[in-house]
Amino acid sequence: MPTATPLSRVNDFVIRFANVNGSGSASANEMFARAIMRMGVPVAPRNIFPSNIQGLPTWYEVRISEEGHMGARGGTDFMVAMNPQTFDKDIAAIEPGGYLFYDSTKPLPKAKFREDITVIGVPLTAICNREYTDARQRQLFKNIIYVGALTALLDMDVKVVEQLIGEQYKGKDRLIEPNVKALHIGRDYVTLNLEHPIGLRVRKADKVGNRIFVEGNSAAALGAVYGGATVCAWYPITPSSSVAEAFTRHCAKLRVDTETGKAKYAIVQAEDELASIGMVIGAGWNGARSFTATSGPGISLMQEFIGLAYFAEIPGVLINVQRAGPSTGMPTRTQQCDLISCAYASHGDTKHVLLLPEDPTESFEFSAQAFDLADRLQTPIFVMLDLDIGMNHHLCRPFAWDDARVYDRGKVMTAEELEAGKDFGRYLDVDGDGIPFRTYPGTHPTRGAFFTRGTSRDRYARYTEEGAPYVDNMQRLLRKFDTSKDLVPRPLIAHSAKPTKYGVIYFGSTSPSMDEAIAMIEAKGHALDRMRVRAFPFHSSVNSFVADHDFVFVVEQNRDGQMRSIIVNECGIDPVRLVPILHYDGTPITARFIAQAIGDHLDALKVTPLRVVS
Amino acid sequence: MTYLAKPKFHHPGLPKNTLGYTHRDYEGAVSTLCAGCGHDSITASIIQACFELAIEPHKVAKISGIGCSSKTPTYFLGNSHGFNSVHGRMPSVLTGANLANRDLIYLGVSGDGDSASIGLGQFAHCLRRGVNMVYIVENNGVYGLTKGQFSATADRGSKSKRGVINTDNSIDLVAMALQLGATFVARSFSGDKQQLVPIIKAAIAHQGAAFIDVISPCVAFNNHAGSTKSFDFVREHNEAVNRLDFMSSRMPIEVKQDPGTVEIVEQHDGSRLALRKLAADYDVHDRTAALGFLQQHAAKGQIVTGLLYVDDEPEDLHAHLRTTDAPLNTLSEKQLCPGQAALDKINASLR
Repeated sequence: MPTATPLSRVNDFVIRFANVNGSGSASANEMFARAIMRMGVPVAPRNIFPSNIQGLPTWYEVRISEEGHMGARGGTDFMVAMNPQTFDKDIAAIEPGGYLFYDSTKPLPKAKFREDITVIGVPLTAICNREYTDARQRQLFKNIIYVGALTALLDMDVKVVEQLIGEQYKGKDRLIEPNVKALHIGRDYVTLNLEHPIGLRVRKADKVGNRIFVEGNSAAALGAVYGGATVCAWYPITPSSSVAEAFTRHCAKLRVDTETGKAKYAIVQAEDELASIGMVIGAGWNGARSFTATSGPGISLMQEFIGLAYFAEIPGVLINVQRAGPSTGMPTRTQQCDLISCAYASHGDTKHVLLLPEDPTESFEFSAQAFDLADRLQTPIFVMLDLDIGMNHHLCRPFAWDDARVYDRGKVMTAEELEAGKDFGRYLDVDGDGIPFRTYPGTHPTRGAFFTRGTSRDRYARYTEEGAPYVDNMQRLLRKFDTSKDLVPRPLIAHSAKPTKYGVIYFGSTSPSMDEAIAMIEAKGHALDRMRVRAFPFHSSVNSFVADHDFVFVVEQNRDGQMRSIIVNECGIDPVRLVPILHYDGTPITARFIAQAIGDHLDALKVTPLRVVS
Repeated sequence: MTYLAKPKFHHPGLPKNTLGYTHRDYEGAVSTLCAGCGHDSITASIIQACFELAIEPHKVAKISGIGCSSKTPTYFLGNSHGFNSVHGRMPSVLTGANLANRDLIYLGVSGDGDSASIGLGQFAHCLRRGVNMVYIVENNGVYGLTKGQFSATADRGSKSKRGVINTDNSIDLVAMALQLGATFVARSFSGDKQQLVPIIKAAIAHQGAAFIDVISPCVAFNNHAGSTKSFDFVREHNEAVNRLDFMSSRMPIEVKQDPGTVEIVEQHDGSRLALRKLAADYDVHDRTAALGFLQQHAAKGQIVTGLLYVDDEPEDLHAHLRTTDAPLNTLSEKQLCPGQAALDKINASLR
């Protein structure tokens, strides 16, 4: 096996923890990541976990990047190999010159290791057996002990970790001392027995600023609180369950009437996704802001109701935390694979509004905005997270709210207006924007009542199966969809420093890797204009962006190029001009992947320039 | 005559209720169901009950699924909002609507296909949650709109119009409702308005999950010899356990029957039910005994009707969730949005 110079980098490396799930490693690993953030160094952790509660392999990857690259990078520089099941695979994954940290209690044959890596053994089990008698303690403290060892190896500030332990066990103070002790047992072992620090180091910096460290699901749930959601109906499904759970927690703190102790919200764990969306629609019909959180299989189950809400024009918000499909697919792996199933959900001609946040902060913002859009447009709004955004901590802009902001409740005719004799036709397009007025049930004793139905109706909500009023209504729904183009978040465009004929369109969790990939692509001498699409339907700038370039890469995390298909379909673009860049193995897309894939295309073009026949 | 618009004219001497509304103010569009359909009798009973209770005609939300029965909300309470949702899913839509505004009366109308087959799950779960509603199943044992297939409430051994014998066991929604914790459970017969109207009134007054199974013969597909949901069969096999008089909290108790056979039940809202007991040993407060009573009579081929169970102190979903007295749909950003100050604290906790 070849040898390699040990990696020597400060504040720029990837460390990966290989654990067994259910072993209590998650909180120790998270503490490690937080400690780096507290040292002022940007950090991007990612959980790679199985759909299982105990006993299967799980990984926690921490990317440390003073430069601020927060996408997954690919490759591992330092492996904490705590899982014998995956030991060989984990060692194979280490970059040449990288480091292996393992439990050296039981000597392993030399053949188990690689010559081109630095092997660091700490007899964790032996230490735990010596220090603790209780089996559970042996297991839990082992995690803290390796964190302690890492602080010495990576030259970290141990005080920061001590402080985090203090914060974590605040209120359970008797746990602080033994955890701090375990931390130092690990640290002291390294200080006394091993060469330290190693080539990979964490140095205090000032690059985190006022950013916050938060999971997208929690942020989206907070957005629902701020957006005025009062009814949440949901059914547990990975990876979205923590949206409803976070909403429950946020509401308990922020939405209980201080005088009466009563709840200004209602949360129901429904019997299935059909009931969840049914409750959301019932509440939306009755004038409350309501939402559900689900994932792909849930969206499949909700199809019939989504069509009803579209056709009967009932507001509602669906937070879809996407996971790898089809079918049960890979429930704990990330993808952007529900674009088509949401954009065109349900039978018949339907189109729905999708919001595509890039990170937790945008998840907060878009989730709050979704309730305004749902009321304004009287239709379901999809907030499309994915597992990577939803279930991992991300370092992002702090949440902000304009206290002068007033909810847009849309076109609702009041009792006073009805009393004054204002003409009410539930499906009358009075303003030419395709959006009719509605009334809440119970508004006026003799005016404004109507029958809501999934069957065809005329402008006054009267049942009809005649062709002309049906077409009239379907055309109005299209006008309404057009209206939404100017209400949803606009795409963001970044032009290359050099003029270029090539562009790239991307969205959602691809964002951080794209930022990094651009730097890599430009370093190779290429130039690329960028557009981050933030919603469907597309703003007209999407058409012009494609028109302004010879061709455009569309980067997405699914097999079939769903975003590309929707752009082709909705913007009437020649598919040849949209080059799919697809990553869909369930891991988050990396800058290395994007730079390689796009770079190869551009390199090839340098040799044989593509002629676009228009 | 369904193609004729209903005349708006009415006799000036029509009796008015305490709010000044006439019977006509509680009507809806003309029914498009078959002449003689049991469902139209239920519609008439609902109108009668709402008129007599002097409910403001717009303070009811009528919610249904899909099917003949689910069409009926168009035919009553024309000043109320109605929602004809999707097949078998009335309960979830009603639950959501109820969560949004606890101040309206929720009338869920469903059928045996809608509730016992495609919607059995939602039927069960909305009862377990104690949603404050009146859930009426217009039960004819047959799929009418699709022309006569058996439904899941069709009795085993009953014969379809085409002569096919049903070999599947039937689902008794009343027994299920009892088992699932509904706090008001009744069965009635569309042809017995005297029994049905007071039951509907009592169910509306009930502040919890009220379920009424109304046997409602289908004149087109299930009213022949061999059917156990025909007018003749139900009349012959109807075993009423009680007859009900409903008195709102504002009315004095006037029961002119033999006191030994009358039981007064006071509901949580102050209204009273006077039960004229027909089966001496029947106790409307004993859920377990009610189940046994039902099954013993079913074994004898008898259809037990009347108020079968009532909990005088029901707790509804809003009580479980401890929601504010003000309906959730009336809360504004002032009450709902915690603002930047709270966000500053949250941001600080995430660093």
